[in-house]
Formats: sequence, structure tokens, C-alpha cells
Amino acid sequence: MTLSLYVPRRSVVHRLPAGAKLLALAVLAVVLFARPSLPVVGAALAGVLAVGLLLARLPVATLARQARTVLWWLVGLFVFHALFSDVATAAVTVLRLLALVLAAAVVTSTTRVTEMVAVIERLCAPLRLVGVRPARIGLVISMALRFIPVLAERADRIRQAQAARGGSARGVRGLRTTVTPLLVQLLQMAHTVSEALDARGADDVPPAGGRRAPAAG
Amino acid sequence: MRFGRLEPRSAAVADPARGIELRGVSHRYGDRPVLRDVDLHLTEARIGVVGANGSGKSTFARLLNGLVVPTAGQVLVDGLDTATQLREVRRRVGFVFQDPDAQIVYPTVAEDAAYGLENQGVPADERAERVAEVLARYGLSGHADHPAHLLSGGQKQLLAIAGVLVMRPARVVFDEPTTLLDLINARRVARVIGELEQQVIVVTHQLDLLDGFDRVLVVDGGRVVEDAPPGAAVAAYRVLMERR
Repeated sequence: MTLSLYVPRRSVVHRLPAGAKLLALAVLAVVLFARPSLPVVGAALAGVLAVGLLLARLPVATLARQARTVLWWLVGLFVFHALFSDVATAAVTVLRLLALVLAAAVVTSTTRVTEMVAVIERLCAPLRLVGVRPARIGLVISMALRFIPVLAERADRIRQAQAARGGSARGVRGLRTTVTPLLVQLLQMAHTVSEALDARGADDVPPAGGRRAPAAG
Repeated sequence: MRFGRLEPRSAAVADPARGIELRGVSHRYGDRPVLRDVDLHLTEARIGVVGANGSGKSTFARLLNGLVVPTAGQVLVDGLDTATQLREVRRRVGFVFQDPDAQIVYPTVAEDAAYGLENQGVPADERAERVAEVLARYGLSGHADHPAHLLSGGQKQLLAIAGVLVMRPARVVFDEPTTLLDLINARRVARVIGELEQQVIVVTHQLDLLDGFDRVLVVDGGRVVEDAPPGAAVAAYRVLMERR
């Protein structure tokens, strides 16, 4: 499992500033909702595919994988609208969502996390007035992207350890026996991560009142 | 071997005459004492620290770059007090943790290697150059834009080491750097440590990692109970463990 979708390529789309790509994504979303017609959403979808596959030279599999994640939503939406409005509305709704999902995939596949985070930090700059440090917001987002797969892996290890001893992760008991050790591991890990951030210069202010003991030794 | 091998391009230049000095250092977590009355002067290029689980050696390692500030006494790095001159101390002393998964904070390899340099305010061009250089040195260039999560355990530890060395510290502390690795990767990391020009202090349970070291400290019950070259210190450590 990975949340980092960046696909390294030398393309004009990759070289575009992250802010411009995010702005284009926002404009596309506004246009698609302001002009919900089949020609407009069809053209948008074709445009997104052209940018992603021809200009950015992304693998078809990268975009297909993103489309697959919303496949059942698309099917459900189409059926719902086909039943309660008409097939044309259903097609517009589904194609619009698909175009936006693929456009977002093109942006994330052609933009490094650090570039994206830099944009978010710039957008959050006014929050300095109320004492918020935008760099911290950026770090939190980066770390969320980094650690979600790690957490998934740890949870999987716990489930495997239980299965090896004949346990099951199903049901309320399974949930409890997975969540409790996972939380314990997360707290231990959070402590080490905070030390690692300190060691690499994230915060040079000495801890008030000392720290708790390291996990071992 | 004395301290003559420091990386000449280190951003933080170590003063070999001063080294790391612990003066009357004790530390406790709440009511629990973990280190007592430690007085040491660490000037050698290769220093090992061994001890049983819970002996206080990880706390000892964390004192050396100010991750832990002693509850009594002083830790001085080139004369700089870790309690009051933390920023400068951390530029001089890098720290590599046992579990690289807890040390890698950015999603991709190159981004993570650059993290410490961002904190130091290194300009983007120089940052890119130094990151490319350190990734090449540790065979990670081909993974620069890959998710760090997908690296092998050995590669993750090399990335964790690269993320510290790219900051060009004059000294590096390793806290059990090979414990989670298989034999091949442990040897690889040991070779990397052996080739470093910085002063190196390694906390470890793997005694063969200490071959060729200049000095080994044995920590037990929060005290340094042996301070000798590897042969004598490891022998004393084995005796200590066999008595239990």
C-alpha cells in the first residue's frame, strides 16, 4: 500500500509549478459543475486523458488504478440517476466524476509531495497571524502520507501474529485485539518519530521537564 | 586510532581536542534512575557501547546529541552544553535510530533525504546536489523518487543513515543500527559505518560490529562498568552476562 503516487518522468506537465496544476484542477471542477453537459464533460475527460497519457506520459495502468478505486461509486451513481432522472444526466454525472478523479490523479502523479506541501504552506501563510506555523502543517501532511502505509503494515503484522496463534481479527473481539496492540505500537513509534524529528533539526527547543524513557536499553 | 578522520567538508567542524565530555551525568525518568554519575571524555574515532536491555545505554546515546538532557551534570560537545546550545550540538552530532521506519518522515526517498537540510535552511540547488551525492554513495539513486515505504529493510536503514550524513555532522551516534537487519544488510551497514570519516559512537548488541573499534564502554545498571579496548571490554561484558 502506498499513498505516494508520483511517477517520475521528464515532461512539460511534471515541470509545471504545483500551484498552477492545482489551480487548473480547481478551474476544471468549477467548469464541470457550472456547465454540466455531455459535450463539456466528454471534452474534459478527453482532455484529461490527453494531458495524462500523451503530455505527461503516465502509464495507462496508473490512471486505470485510480479509476478502479471509484468504479463502484460510478456504477451506483449511474444506476441511481438512470432510475430517478434520465440516462443523459447519469452519463454526465459519472463522466464528470471520472474526469475529476483522473485529473486529480494526473496532478498527484506529476507533482512531488514536497512541491504540493509547499503550495499548501503558502496558502496557509496568513495563519501565521494567529500563531500557526505553516511549515508544521506541511510536515503533518507529509508525515500522514508517509505513515499511513506504515500503520497499515503494522496492523497487518498484528493480524498475522494473531492468526499464527489461531486468533481471528473478525468481530468485536478481533477488533479489540488488533486495535489495542496497534495503539500501543503507535504511541511508542510516535515517541521515536518525535525524537527523530528533533535529531534532524525540526525543533531545537529543549524539552520542558525532560522526556520519557526510550523504548529499550 | 585518534580523531584524525573527520570529514573535511563537515558543516559542523569537530574539535578533536574537546570531543564529547560527560561531567557527573545522572538521569532519571520520574523516580526511576537510568544513569548514575557518569564521567567520560569521548575523543576516539570509533566508540562502542554495549549493555543488557534496560541498562541505560539508549539513554546514554540520546544524551550525546541532546535528545535527552541530563537531570544532573553536563554533556559537552566540543565544549557546547547540550542543555543550552542544542541547535549547535545537533548540527555536530547526527543520530541514527534502530528502526528506520520511525526515522523516515517524507513519503519519497529523495524528499526524506532532504528533510534535515531544509531544517538547516540550505538553498534548494545545494540541497538537490547534496541529496543526489548522498543517495549515489549509498546506492539509492535509482530509488530517489520511489516511495520510501517500498524500500527493503536494509535500504531503509541506508536511507536513514543518508538522511543524517547529508547534514554533514562531525559525529554520528547509532542506536542499534543493525538489530532489525538480516546478515547481509547488517554487514552492509557495518561496512558503511566503518567507512565513515566522522567520529562514530555505536550502541549495539552485535559484538562483531565492534571489531576494529578504539574503545568500548560496558553499561550496566546505569553505570559504565568497563571502559577498555574491544577485546577486554567484550570479555568483561560476556562475564557480566553469564553471571545473570
